[in-house]
Amino acid sequence: MNRSIRRVRANIQMTFMIPVIVLTLLIFAAIFAPLLAPHPPTKTSLPNRLLPPFFMEGGKTNYFLGTDLLGRDILSRVLYGARVSLSVSVLVILITSSLGTILGIISGYLGGRTDTVLMRVTDISLAFPGILIALLLAVVLGPSFKTVVLAISILGWAPYARLIRGEVLKIREEAFIAQARIIGSSSLRIMMRHIFPNVINPLIVIATMNVGLVILMESALSYLGAGIPPPTPSWGGMVSDGRNLIDRAWWISFFPGLAIGLVVLSGNFLGDWIRDKLDPRLRQL
Amino acid sequence: MNKIILQVENLRTSFFTRQGEVKAVDGVSFYVCEGETFGIVGESGCGKSVTGLSILRLLPEPAGRIVGGKIVLNGTNLLELTQKEMRAYRGKMISMILQDPMSSLNPVYPIGDQIAEAVRLHQKLSDEKVEQEVIQALRLLKIPSPEMLLRTYPFQLSGGMRQRVVGAIAMSCHPRLLIADEPTTALDATIQAQYIALFKEVQKTTHVAIIFITHDFGVVANICHRVGVMYAGKIVETASTKELFNNPKHPYTTALINSVPRLDRKDARLYSIEGQPPSMLDLPPGCRFFPRCPSALKICGEKEPPEVKLSDGHSVFCWQAK
Repeated sequence: MNRSIRRVRANIQMTFMIPVIVLTLLIFAAIFAPLLAPHPPTKTSLPNRLLPPFFMEGGKTNYFLGTDLLGRDILSRVLYGARVSLSVSVLVILITSSLGTILGIISGYLGGRTDTVLMRVTDISLAFPGILIALLLAVVLGPSFKTVVLAISILGWAPYARLIRGEVLKIREEAFIAQARIIGSSSLRIMMRHIFPNVINPLIVIATMNVGLVILMESALSYLGAGIPPPTPSWGGMVSDGRNLIDRAWWISFFPGLAIGLVVLSGNFLGDWIRDKLDPRLRQL
Repeated sequence: MNKIILQVENLRTSFFTRQGEVKAVDGVSFYVCEGETFGIVGESGCGKSVTGLSILRLLPEPAGRIVGGKIVLNGTNLLELTQKEMRAYRGKMISMILQDPMSSLNPVYPIGDQIAEAVRLHQKLSDEKVEQEVIQALRLLKIPSPEMLLRTYPFQLSGGMRQRVVGAIAMSCHPRLLIADEPTTALDATIQAQYIALFKEVQKTTHVAIIFITHDFGVVANICHRVGVMYAGKIVETASTKELFNNPKHPYTTALINSVPRLDRKDARLYSIEGQPPSMLDLPPGCRFFPRCPSALKICGEKEPPEVKLSDGHSVFCWQAK
């Protein structure tokens, strides 16, 4: 018994420490990219094109992770790319999760006509191909950082709204909601104080899962020319840059892909940890 | 007699479903005095919980609606208040305890916060004052070492303790009327007896009027001063508890009392009432108990029985009552 409790605690520490270290390093890299990067991220150098990473034959230590088709340093671009990719995903997730949560709670708690209207709008948003909207926006507004955030957010709230509404439908039948009404709480108060804290768990889970989706969406947009305009490096854009060369120069796609993987995995671990922390039953362990 | 705190007159509550209007409460009248416990007894689905929710105006809208009658609390007809005015009454003037203590508390907040919320909703007090009120409410419900319990979460407490905390929330703003909807049903027998004894004490100290909704005649005998027996949306008989047990007039009341198992009699079989309560969508024309009544007359199936007033506030709706 004692041992298993200790093991649980050790697991909680692990799932907390690893993602925190990884994310801290990446955020650090993003902030201090100009100091850390050995080359300017957009500087081309044709004599040094398609260099492999230093540990392979023909690699050079000053191009640590190799270079791409135009001879740009992969390491520098990954460091700079963290700025774009992390800020896009943080912004998008903040926007979509707040919007989705607010609409989901209103829809689920008030029910009736409000629910019908909001859920039909959600259905339409879910059915609409996101790439199409994004391309449309890019054409109208011109590709930029803002356009990317707006384009991914404009439909991204719908899965949150759907999921949160489902949770709220379950929670609003609980006796403690009736109890809150009995002591004289208003609907707004019930939604904010009694329903919201009870949907945080699923919210965190899908928000962290979404980190990967957002980064991939951003890369898809970059690939179609509607993303962050080149030459600004973004991880997604770098992965798609290297796609045609994957058999000859795998490192072009691999290292930014590795960075995406690390962020997604860290997000999931951190989400798990936060969920455990929020559950009062596990808090006592 | 004490001052009447709540007077319900000819209350009618209906649910509008696809199959038609369900008259869940159909012309119910009763009153409760200060410091008195009025019991509402009946089978599942007879409308006793809906009566309680109607008083608080917390019916599941838009399906459930109060379609007629008056609910007068301390001189104010609650049915004429706006939603906002009504909110100020809930918790402050009228409170309610629900059946299920396991889910009546929000799992994410410590119990101290949950009681404090009720206090803060109705009074503007400093933090220390609020904490005093919270501790006082916990003391009232005889919760041991309340200061220690403020930071505990609902899941750390036993069912009986949780139901006491729910009671403390209900009593935290010193309401004049408490509606208890089967508060002991989910508790086991020993805890049940404790809880009822506790409520008697709470009533003695606070003089609160209680409407006790239950299907358990044993509980009725223990706590209620007066009782209304409900059947298919109507109160068929009202009397003091003693009078009701000694001298039941309505055949339904008699049948209910006879179907309680007793240790002092050696009956071969426990009495049970034949048949089912009528469908609330399709009520019989005469007395609602007519199809199941062992002593029905011809007129019972044709016309609704009038109210017959007997001595000492004993009243009954039956053609045969004298």
